[in-house]
Amino acid sequence: MSDIVEKTLTALPGLFLQNQSVSGPAAAKASFSSRLGGLVRGITALTSKHEEEKLIQQELNNLKATVSAPTTTLKMMKECMVRLIYCEMLGYDASFGYIHAIKLAQQGNLLEKRVGYLAVSLFLHESHELLLLLVNTVVKDLQSTNLVEVCMALTIVSQIFPREMIPAVLPLIEDKLQHSKEIIRRKAVLALYKFYLIAPNQVQHIHIKFRKALCDRDVGVMAASLHIYLRMIKENSSAYKDLTGSFVTILKQVVGGKLPVDFNYHSVPAPWLQIQLLRILGLLGKDDQRTSELMYDVLDESLRRAELNHNVTYAILFECVHTVYSVYPKSELLEKAAKCIGRFVLSPKINLKYLGLKALTYVIQQDPTLALQHQMTIIECLDHPDPIIKREVLGEYSYLLDKETPEEVITKLYKLLRSDSISSETKAWIIAAVTKLTPQAHSSNIVERLIQEFTTSLDTCLRQHAFELKHLHENVKFMKGLLPVDKSCEDMVVDASLSFLDGFVAEELSQGAAPYKPHHQRQEEKLSQGKVLSFEPYGLSFSSSGFSGRQSPAGISLGSDISGNSTETGLKETNSLKLEGIKKLWGKEGYLPKKESKTGDETEALPVPQENIIMENVDQIITKNDQSQALTQSKEEKEKQLLASSLFVGLGSESTISLLGKADTLSHKFRRKSKVKETKSGQTTTAENVTRSSFSSSSNVTYEEDYYLDNFQDRGDKEIKKFSLNSELLDSESLTELPLIEKISNCRLSTPSLFAVNNMEVFHPPQSTAASVANEISLASSLLEETTEHMHSDLMEVCHNETISVSSYKIWKDECLLMVWSVFNKSASELKSANLEIAPAENFKITEQPGCCLPVIEAESTRNFQYSVQMEKPFTEGNLSGFINYQVMDTHSVQLEFSVNLSLLDFIRPLKISTEDFGKLWLSFANDVKQNVKMSESQAALPSTLKALQQELRLHVVDIIGNEGLLACQLLPSIPCLLHFRVHGDMLALWFRSSCSTLPDYLLYQCQKIIFHYRLLQDIEYNSLWYTLPF
Amino acid sequence: MIQAILVFNNHGKPRLVRFYQRFPEEIQQQIIRETFHLVLKRDDNICNFLEGGSLIGGSDYKLIYRHYATLYFVFCVDSSESELGILDLIQVFVETLDKCFENVCELDLIFHMDKVHYILQEVVMGGMVLETNMNEIVAQIEAQNRLEKSEGGLSAAPARAVSAVKNINLPEMPRNINIGDLNIKVPNLSQFV
Repeated sequence: MSDIVEKTLTALPGLFLQNQSVSGPAAAKASFSSRLGGLVRGITALTSKHEEEKLIQQELNNLKATVSAPTTTLKMMKECMVRLIYCEMLGYDASFGYIHAIKLAQQGNLLEKRVGYLAVSLFLHESHELLLLLVNTVVKDLQSTNLVEVCMALTIVSQIFPREMIPAVLPLIEDKLQHSKEIIRRKAVLALYKFYLIAPNQVQHIHIKFRKALCDRDVGVMAASLHIYLRMIKENSSAYKDLTGSFVTILKQVVGGKLPVDFNYHSVPAPWLQIQLLRILGLLGKDDQRTSELMYDVLDESLRRAELNHNVTYAILFECVHTVYSVYPKSELLEKAAKCIGRFVLSPKINLKYLGLKALTYVIQQDPTLALQHQMTIIECLDHPDPIIKREVLGEYSYLLDKETPEEVITKLYKLLRSDSISSETKAWIIAAVTKLTPQAHSSNIVERLIQEFTTSLDTCLRQHAFELKHLHENVKFMKGLLPVDKSCEDMVVDASLSFLDGFVAEELSQGAAPYKPHHQRQEEKLSQGKVLSFEPYGLSFSSSGFSGRQSPAGISLGSDISGNSTETGLKETNSLKLEGIKKLWGKEGYLPKKESKTGDETEALPVPQENIIMENVDQIITKNDQSQALTQSKEEKEKQLLASSLFVGLGSESTISLLGKADTLSHKFRRKSKVKETKSGQTTTAENVTRSSFSSSSNVTYEEDYYLDNFQDRGDKEIKKFSLNSELLDSESLTELPLIEKISNCRLSTPSLFAVNNMEVFHPPQSTAASVANEISLASSLLEETTEHMHSDLMEVCHNETISVSSYKIWKDECLLMVWSVFNKSASELKSANLEIAPAENFKITEQPGCCLPVIEAESTRNFQYSVQMEKPFTEGNLSGFINYQVMDTHSVQLEFSVNLSLLDFIRPLKISTEDFGKLWLSFANDVKQNVKMSESQAALPSTLKALQQELRLHVVDIIGNEGLLACQLLPSIPCLLHFRVHGDMLALWFRSSCSTLPDYLLYQCQKIIFHYRLLQDIEYNSLWYTLPF
Repeated sequence: MIQAILVFNNHGKPRLVRFYQRFPEEIQQQIIRETFHLVLKRDDNICNFLEGGSLIGGSDYKLIYRHYATLYFVFCVDSSESELGILDLIQVFVETLDKCFENVCELDLIFHMDKVHYILQEVVMGGMVLETNMNEIVAQIEAQNRLEKSEGGLSAAPARAVSAVKNINLPEMPRNINIGDLNIKVPNLSQFV
């Protein structure tokens, strides 16, 4: 085979020359020396998939060698990257190049950076661990003075960005909304929209900025902001009713031709903008007469103005008709719109016909008589060659019954069925239509004849439809219920995921049935066994009848959808069964319904308990620090313990740790008021507690912030109204408001990330409390002696229902990570056969620790499950999921799923070595990373920085020499990483070395994060003083 | 929102693949394959929309495609996009390619895959339509091309080139519109064109 490839390759230049003479200048432009060209030429000359695979594999091997060679320059790397993109596009795995793509984006000059960013955005996905390494580059480029760099950074942000790192770039992007270049403003708006999509909570506070973007002096920026508004109004139209006037005004100006001519597209003013605005108006005016009245004029004008000279005018017209029919109806407009539809359905252009038919469904829903004028056209469409059109037509047909009785229609359709001129596919559609009509018909002679005739049809699809009709026909009452007359216009919602079978599947699985395997997997397995015939030639074919059967609009092909389960269609459709496209409910392991949705819920739900824990901690700290408050505080403490003990009888009144999460939610309601005072005193505590007191202020801020933010929102709204009269004013006056808003947003966005840092802080409570807490735990369970010896995280609730609550915490043991899940039985009855299982995860080795094995959890007591986790492959963030099931009394078993996030930090331990060993190790490591980080002034002191790093990253301080420090840590089980750092001025030079190539990058990122947060904390502390001022 | 943009030739060979929603690699390939089979068997005289498939996202999504000589341009969009609007957007994209490559053909897409991506990035950003004005798009691309040229001289005269890069100005046309004020300032565009 390699001979053939070789021959082909040698023949290539000749082939290419031929090509060139045919295709002229375009091919000539591609330089001969270009290696991509060579690759492409090679591929195009190949004839079989197998040869292609071989060639690409060879190419990838070459590339792999090139990219990892130290002599490869960035310029060569850029070229390699383009080839890698090409290979990936063809579906080959080029994952070895991902890290190099990131490096290229980090280190290259503008052009190389552009390729690097492009490659990253094509290769990676939002939750890819490597993406975190890009965050710093993006931050840097956003601050660049070069517009092209800023544009590139904004583009990558809007395409792919890790959700948890949004706070790092959000303020920078918000600044870009004030940028002098409109293209930057516009891209910034879209980047913010992206954030709104992936993390709506984080951009909540900048709604006011969206409004400013809407009033931007540049139309492009305004148009970009409409994306955001369309989305937000879709979600909650009532909150934006006040903007209706603005949207109407904009549309009026656009329709009236007030825009500069360079917005015209085929002499239609800004068509896409018009479409967008019409959609927004349609959403705003839905079921709202008052709002709708505002827009009647402009809709009328749009309908009138649309001169049908270009395709895109139809686009506007269609949107307009849609809007007219979705807002509160006005008969005059409805009629005009219905007339417009005539232009669609009568058009010879097939696309317009299709949309016209679609628009007719809107009309029929409002008023069938308006559609009658088009009836003849619809019937004509039946003979159209496009199956999709036919489908639409038949869908409509059954509702145009005003003049004719159902019998007549059925007779007509029956005649149509018997004619030979139409395809069997259309016939299937017609039978479906007949099925729908039958319950309304009184006599059923024709139907019976039809059934008789077609149940013996040779076409399986027709036969199937006929059988369906037959069975339905035998049970008329059921049929009427199934196909109600009045509801026939509504689309039926078909549960494509077949979720109603979930219970059945779960039951079968639990009884040992083999999990379902998708078709291609079965095929693969069969092939690998090598015993069966190859189905290759048929694998790709798509039987047209099978396709139409499944693609049918839910409305009319109900019958076929139901029978989708029957073996008959099952057999017929296996070839084109496309399970992947549907929501991913079935994985290789079988059924996986809740895991995915769970992760979504989790992230939503997490901040709350975390916040509680932190506030609790803050409270404790304040108790410690503030002597004057001690008395009242202890009273409250007692009160709380009382409360808690009444909740957790089995635990004894002093077991605090598992209460942290629980009792806190109850108690902090009572405590909120007193807290403001406490915080103030907290702020005046000694320098040692700087970070802690600032926690309290920051959590404090979250309460007050909302209030101020609301205020701003209100003010902002008023401002906008005012300024829409005079836009010049907006700029000048809002400038004074701006710093305030920004400061608020700063705080808001930083709070969630603060918690992340807090989490680490939390495991260093003052020694006495840590010990006592630990003792109490060990009272509750003898298993947890480790907690006293090792650092551990706070208890965090991972899932709960009315009977149980599952919390978890991490214990960072020297040799592994110990995860403890404690299950608390809230109910008064005992739980039987309780079992907690952790799903095997790719990167981890999980071993269950022996514990008490009784599968019974007594009423109001806690059981702990322990698992030791070891890392098998380095990663940055991982997820551990599992479930708990149990039985209450003798009822059926209940299953509850949960998941916990693990980060690489969980597996980092101090490495205790001497300065000499450090020196030796330092020289032996090949991978190093250097970076300068700016610090705030107060942080500049070496000891405090060291302490922060030591505590939060668990680095071991080997030595301190002057203004230089040596630190060491190891990634479990035994990958060492060394850090050398030096302070000069307010700069901190970090230098990492390790035997692992990715570890230094990751640690650098973590260090920066800590230093960054540290800086933020101090900013917030400063700001929070400002917040307490009344204004 | 646009979920994916696929360009493949009459034989189903992908020429440009851009997903705005995450799919695993093998699913991506499957989507390309199946989309190809769906559009391939459609005549040129039937409509350019495909709806209700199970390919991406389910019934809320539709495929809108255009067939140019040897290439199919397929956009997969959700219900918030207008069919005809997207159809014209494809036209804008192709016309822009044509302007940038001078008589664009399939080979341009193959040999300048990266450039095609840059052009696309100026039209659609993160699944949202960014710019539909062809002149604007071309202006952006030309600004980037100037960058490329100055890059060529970078090794020869670093200082000069660096300052050239730094001074690159993206063309900006004052295009004003006010919400409350019906008086729209229409600038004299002749000086910019």
